[in-house]
Amino acid sequence: MRTGMIDRRKLLLGSAALALSGCKVFDTAADQGSTLHQLFASHEGLTRPAQRALIGDRLAPEYTEADIRQGMRPNGSTDPVSAAYRQMAETAFRDYRLSVTGLVEAPVTLSLRDLTALPARTQITRHDCVEGWSCIAKWQGVPLGTVLNLAQPKPAARYAVFHCFDAIERSLSGEVLYYESIDLIDAYHAQTILAYAMNGTALPVANGAPLRLRVERQLGYKMAKYVHTIELTDSLASLGFGRGSYWADRGYEWYAGI
Amino acid sequence: MPNGPLVYRQRLLTRVTHWIWAVSLFFLLLTGLQIFNAHPVLHVGLESGFDYDNAILEIGAVDAGGELRGVTRVLGTEFDTTGVLGVSGGEVRAFPAALTIPSKQSLATGRIIHFFFAWALGITLAVWLIASALNGHLRQLVPSLADLRALPRDLADHARLQFHHTADYSVLQKLAYASVLFVALPLMILTGLSMSPGFNAAAPWLLDLFGGRQTARTIHFLTMTALVGFFAVHMAMILLAGPFNEMRSILTGWYRTDGGHNENGHD
Repeated sequence: MRTGMIDRRKLLLGSAALALSGCKVFDTAADQGSTLHQLFASHEGLTRPAQRALIGDRLAPEYTEADIRQGMRPNGSTDPVSAAYRQMAETAFRDYRLSVTGLVEAPVTLSLRDLTALPARTQITRHDCVEGWSCIAKWQGVPLGTVLNLAQPKPAARYAVFHCFDAIERSLSGEVLYYESIDLIDAYHAQTILAYAMNGTALPVANGAPLRLRVERQLGYKMAKYVHTIELTDSLASLGFGRGSYWADRGYEWYAGI
Repeated sequence: MPNGPLVYRQRLLTRVTHWIWAVSLFFLLLTGLQIFNAHPVLHVGLESGFDYDNAILEIGAVDAGGELRGVTRVLGTEFDTTGVLGVSGGEVRAFPAALTIPSKQSLATGRIIHFFFAWALGITLAVWLIASALNGHLRQLVPSLADLRALPRDLADHARLQFHHTADYSVLQKLAYASVLFVALPLMILTGLSMSPGFNAAAPWLLDLFGGRQTARTIHFLTMTALVGFFAVHMAMILLAGPFNEMRSILTGWYRTDGGHNENGHD
């Protein structure tokens, strides 16, 4: 009994010390190469199939005009600096072209005029940032599936990769350009659109002009802004650090449904 | 000190799941605070007000003449919380490094650990609920009418720090454990899922029930504070009721009850 009490006290002190420094003990989990990180990140192997099984092709909630109570909060890059982008922005994106390339039968190049001539979809949806905030806005654009079908994806195509004009950081080897990818299940979802208008006006530069992706059942970082090229691929391994997106390369989940 | 017979009070599944929940909740709390730090504001409504104010809690920092001060605003009233909330260890961060995993700012790492243990908690809670419904353990946790009639006396006994060591849980224990297992933890899981844009497509009605994503996030945070409160009382009760006996029962299942003269004894 007596030794039991002493052991118990030691146990309590030990747990208190663990709780206090708590948090440093598990700092190695932040290192993407660590075993601890890979163990925790394995949740993605459950999360994505579970969500996919639950949601099928169901729609994200849509809202009404009355729910739009403020402007759309811009986040991440808000003003790309590349010369090519700046020049286009100064001429209202008249010279902008969207390229659809990669594993397609017929690569296409589309101007903004071409895109706006295609059947459009308008949706009032909630944008959820990975940081935790939400903002409701109205988006108008062309369904991504329509654009992909123009280029006729090859059967081997599995992912749509979005290449963007903006760079969030500079590394020693130059600017690290933003890129994102989704699989073709999300690419062909009814609410997945390439938006060129927001809250009734042309998409502002801060929100991704002239064209940004909306993937309404995932978090904001999946919704690439300033898109110039969509590349269909069968693998994500050769891009960036091989995890399929700028933020996935930095430890965030590639599938951002939660 | 109880000196009656040892009784087998917690079966193996309850003991194993108890410890999985304990470890999971430790990580869920500290990674949850890490995630909260990325946007240390609680809103009420469908979205976060930036051009209007729908915040009920906001933790921030202000520059007061070259000195950083932590400011916590609760329902419109500001408190200086420098050193703990808003500013700690010389840097601007809502919750301090000692209360987040990892200790430095890393939303991505906080998220993967949070979801890993959310799965662990969710799966073990489901397994335990189903097994306990089948083996009759759930009935032991739900207070009976007789239990509720004994509530005033149990309250008075607890207030006098007089604890009865019996094979069954006391009515206050039943109410506390049942609130955590049948209300607080399911509420944490459901409000957590309601913050998921993917899950919203599966159950938009649940999102509506909670009053929108930002209200769900606020309920998630408030339920967390209730669970922290439960943990504090849980620890205090273990220490007051006899830590050796209490720890033995949650580790081995065996619990020493009061002697035969105790009318609540089951010997």
